[in-house]
Amino acid sequence: MIDTLLLSRIQFGANITFHILFPTITIALGWFLLYLKIKGIRTGEQYWSQAYQFWVKIFALTFALGVVSGITMSFQFGTNWPGYMETVGNIAGPLLAYEVLTAFFLEATFLGVMLFGAKRVSQGVHTLATFLVAFGTTLSAFWIIVLNSWMQTPQGFKMIDGKAHISNWLEVIFNPSMPYRFTHMLIASFLTVAFLLAGISAYRVLRGSKSVANAAVLRMAIITAALLIPVQMVVGDSHGLNTLEYQPAKVAAMEGIWNTEKGAPAVIFAIPNSKEQKNDYEISIPKLASLYLTHSFDGEVQGLKAFPDKIPPVAPVFFAFRIMVGVGVLMMLISWVAVWLSRGQRSLPKWMLQALVGMTFSGWLAVVAGWYVTEIGRQPYLVSGVLTTAQAVTKLPTGMVLSSLLMYLTLYIGLIISYIVVVFHLARQADMPAAIERLASAEASTNGLGAATIKSQGV
Amino acid sequence: MGSLVWPDLAQAAGWLPIFFLGAMGVAMVAYVVLDGYDLGVGILLNSANDSEKDAMISSIGPFWDANETWLVLGVGVLLVAFPIAHGIILTNLYLPVAVMLAGLILRGVSFDFRVKVQTQQKPIWNYLFHLGSIIAAMAQGVMIGRYIVGFDSGLLGWIFSALVAVCLPMGYMLLGSTWLIMKTTDKLQAKAVRWARKSLWLTAAGVGLISLATPYFSASIMQKWFVFPNIIWLSPLPLLTLLCFFLIYRSLNHLDTGKLHLQWHPFVLTIVIFLLAFLGIAYSLFPYLIIDQMTIWQAAAATESLWFIFWGAVIVLPTIILYTIYSYWIFWGKAQPLTYY
Repeated sequence: MIDTLLLSRIQFGANITFHILFPTITIALGWFLLYLKIKGIRTGEQYWSQAYQFWVKIFALTFALGVVSGITMSFQFGTNWPGYMETVGNIAGPLLAYEVLTAFFLEATFLGVMLFGAKRVSQGVHTLATFLVAFGTTLSAFWIIVLNSWMQTPQGFKMIDGKAHISNWLEVIFNPSMPYRFTHMLIASFLTVAFLLAGISAYRVLRGSKSVANAAVLRMAIITAALLIPVQMVVGDSHGLNTLEYQPAKVAAMEGIWNTEKGAPAVIFAIPNSKEQKNDYEISIPKLASLYLTHSFDGEVQGLKAFPDKIPPVAPVFFAFRIMVGVGVLMMLISWVAVWLSRGQRSLPKWMLQALVGMTFSGWLAVVAGWYVTEIGRQPYLVSGVLTTAQAVTKLPTGMVLSSLLMYLTLYIGLIISYIVVVFHLARQADMPAAIERLASAEASTNGLGAATIKSQGV
Repeated sequence: MGSLVWPDLAQAAGWLPIFFLGAMGVAMVAYVVLDGYDLGVGILLNSANDSEKDAMISSIGPFWDANETWLVLGVGVLLVAFPIAHGIILTNLYLPVAVMLAGLILRGVSFDFRVKVQTQQKPIWNYLFHLGSIIAAMAQGVMIGRYIVGFDSGLLGWIFSALVAVCLPMGYMLLGSTWLIMKTTDKLQAKAVRWARKSLWLTAAGVGLISLATPYFSASIMQKWFVFPNIIWLSPLPLLTLLCFFLIYRSLNHLDTGKLHLQWHPFVLTIVIFLLAFLGIAYSLFPYLIIDQMTIWQAAAATESLWFIFWGAVIVLPTIILYTIYSYWIFWGKAQPLTYY
């Protein structure tokens, strides 16, 4: 049935799905740019600053999309979920305010210096600006994940007259799922960026790029990916065990386990059937789920039926989890093989370059799928055990929400397509003779003649 | 007028909401003035040729992002300090907010896309930049109008909102063109003087109409302004506004005759006009957050939550203001072409 609740959920889901794509890139890309900047100053090698100059363009574009979609998010709380702030505003409000105060202004202000101030400030200040932007994006991720984790595993508050009141801020901030979720998300961001760097660099190599900077970035990206992916799997596993402790219904949905049993099987594939509360077409490995969830072959795993009226939508959680894990495994295979193929300065074969191009935005898929697992898995609650999603929704007429939803969807689809097209366009442009010449002349004029003689080069 | 109960202002529960109202006011004014000038530049963009467009956008390039963050802070303070009013205000402004966000999205991304796409597509993104700026400015006008009339859904309430929706972009054009006078040179600067003169008259007409119409919509606003002796000590507000308009008019004439040493005057005077208008609205509404319906104390969050954010705000806000000034100082003087290196 199409109602205001469903439309508001779709709209919020669309907004946050669109938004998360861009911060996921800027968080790690910011640190990567800082690395290039410092490397360039330390070694004095020109190709590091060339790599900086190429990737800072993609950073700027990504950042702009993150900012505008983030502003939309900040309004959605009030426009579509007034019950959220009315009930838990005393907790959620200050956390969001600290994000704006400590992170948003920092990154937005120093972004201007980082992008356009290179000639107006010293190397040191420009490096500092690059650092502050990277630090700001990470701090922003910290606050928002604190809030999200508190919604998953709330503590440090008491309910008075139906409203949450603070009892301990440290308990709120360091709530049980926060350290796991924050670490998992940061590594996800680095993996997403590693594959973006590898994909775009591989694309340039395939198109005949002889850039040393590009080759160096490609190499660094596949090594980073190969090192981080096993770490991410371990962190993800601990995150899952933490979820099992605090939100067992979510884990049961991820695993597709309906009945509480000892020696629960690991379901590889199935089509969860919510009506009959069972799986259709199930393929599973006996006792495996008990082993990795309880570290014992005969450990007891609670099934979905143990949580009547609190069962999240099973199929989306079940499939999203498999997509995330599947992309993770693919990332591991490709990055490990790529590192092995490039041992001893060997250049990568064409098929591997093509595979990397195919994986350019694979991080997005894994990140979005992962967030679907955790957010849909929290349903029917908005704040676990405190407030349901249905209680928080606006009373606005359905038609109004439908019209805004259609408008946002049109914008988002148009912008994602434009973004991907432009990123590849920038990659093609980077190796055109004109661009290389322009870089060289910019280099010469900053080294020799100073800012006054530099002509317009466009952004 | 509802019965208004004033709390004990010596208690935290009394003065903390006033502090946060002040913080929200600072954020909103900072937003309107700062994003106002770059939205104004966007609105004017279509009247310029291609190289002028690049110069105009160069002048706002390093700032627009941080300028927009003041809006997030304003809404953030509303959400943090007055969560109940936050829900009521934003659900009542649902459609204009959605339209404004669409405008801001278009404007923000076009800024980057226009210089990164293939050359033949640049005009499309220039146009979207222009269009996004107009949409955002008009939607903000509707929001302010709806807010002042207390979301009154009668025909007159909507006419008033439509009036503000037309006038606010004029004000932004005045901010934008006077900003360009300060940040550009030669032909573009002369063009900006012409734009400023046009928008000066339109802004003056708008401010006058809105000032006359506002008391008409609310008996309590009428009461606050047009009662002796209030009318005496409030008279500086309209008089100073008039003086500012006159001074801008005069300095535009000076600029026409080539006296360039006062080229920052019109921009600063325009900011003063916006500040005076804001004071007028703030005085009209205080201590209500939703006119005649909900005071700031009724809407305030729990005192212990306000304390937690109070200390953060006291430390961080001045820091933000300091580094904002630092970034304007870095890009001081005439705008130069934007380059990443």
